[in-house]
Amino acid sequence: MSNIPSDLRYAASHEWARLEADGSVTVGISDHAQEALGDVVYVELPEVGRQLNAGQEAGVVESVKAASDIYAPVAGEVIAVNEALADSPELVNSDPYGSWFFRLQPSDTSELDKLLDAAGYQAACDADA
Amino acid sequence: MGQRTPLYDQHLALGAKMVDFGGWDMPLHYGSQVEEHHQVRRDCGVFDVSHMTVVDVSGEQARDYLQRLLANDVARLKSTGRALYSAMLNERGGVIDDLIVYLTDWGYRLVVNASTRDKDLAWMQAQAAGFAVEVRERPELAMLAIQGPHARARTSELVSQARAGLIHDLKPFQGMADGDWFIGRTGYTGEDGLEIILPAEQAPDFLSELVGAGIPPIGLGARDTLRLEAGLNLYGQDMTEDVSPLAANMGWTVAWEPTERDFVGRAALEQQRARDDLPKLVGLVLEERGVLRAHQVVRVNGVGDGEITSGSFSPTLGKSIALARVPAGTAERAEVEIRGKWYPVRVVQPTFVRHGKVLV
Repeated sequence: MSNIPSDLRYAASHEWARLEADGSVTVGISDHAQEALGDVVYVELPEVGRQLNAGQEAGVVESVKAASDIYAPVAGEVIAVNEALADSPELVNSDPYGSWFFRLQPSDTSELDKLLDAAGYQAACDADA
Repeated sequence: MGQRTPLYDQHLALGAKMVDFGGWDMPLHYGSQVEEHHQVRRDCGVFDVSHMTVVDVSGEQARDYLQRLLANDVARLKSTGRALYSAMLNERGGVIDDLIVYLTDWGYRLVVNASTRDKDLAWMQAQAAGFAVEVRERPELAMLAIQGPHARARTSELVSQARAGLIHDLKPFQGMADGDWFIGRTGYTGEDGLEIILPAEQAPDFLSELVGAGIPPIGLGARDTLRLEAGLNLYGQDMTEDVSPLAANMGWTVAWEPTERDFVGRAALEQQRARDDLPKLVGLVLEERGVLRAHQVVRVNGVGDGEITSGSFSPTLGKSIALARVPAGTAERAEVEIRGKWYPVRVVQPTFVRHGKVLV
């Protein structure tokens, strides 16, 4: 059973998003996603300053098994990336909700409301299985 | 639902993530593929390889038949227990399958791939016409591979004295029967180890004993990264019916002498051998971050293009490696296209790791 914290929002493509106090949005991949991928060995992050649309490809996560795209859950500008994942991609497996990929300055914070809540994401994962 | 080995229920109980492999429901990993990989390089682990196909060949002309069927020459097997690796070719010199053949008291035992079972058996039966030979599949047998530097010592503690003695005495690439078990000192990991073929009904208890003794189960995921580091080909990826063994780093398995031995595919191979432009299978090492994958394009400056046949992350090297088929003139450097960008790679002999040691 995967862990789905109730204080986060989720995209159907398995990213989580957290609205920070300063109005930025932190993005990572869910426990369900890391579990499905298996051992993560490489993470490709977006460039800081890049403008992303909601649902746009923002990076790549590769496990021993396969490569998967990471999408921006909401539109915005990339203001920071988690460089620690370059050296230690396995953190995505051990701590999926602590291992953020990038932080966005959202164009429209209300877009977060269009994402799934924990119950909705749980239902989506169950439908996948 | 796919086919199941006699150990299917145990895989589930051990927490395996199951995947389809050539029509079989097999364990991909039991938690972490990378940890399982290291476990085999450093200590030992056990693989269920019961999906593989065991075929016994007996009869007056068993040797003549296999000398015709296989590109390697079973006449090289001078005493019971000796084994060799060979390609089984079609008339065009393409690889129908790769296999291991042991010389036994009753004739020969072959172990061929799971995904190629049907076509292999059909081909072997067709080629048997005109030979006094019996070709018999042994689906009632299971197979466990215990691999790693401590595999033989740890396994010996769990079996009868006679079998422990046999395990001690076996030389690399030998296999012998003991009662209803057949124990080979062979494998697919680049480490020392055993492959034990036993009646299916005995396999669950034996696996329980191995796991109970602290020899953990290892999935197909780690099996793939272990064989890739060892530079061992995977049928269907690194060679196929459209690929010559000479273009798959298998030239050493073709027995050209004696010249009068007319094995299937010989005429085609003789022609290929005379060419100097046959592509070759090499190893690639990506020095930058990223992961090489099968079918990515390889570009060799001023020489031509090639293709990755197998690629992954190497847990032992901590970087990505691959097998690639490239033009004959390829030297030490090449580039690989990953998601539209070109990355420099080092071209190496396709054996990256053997017996725990990095060779590149």
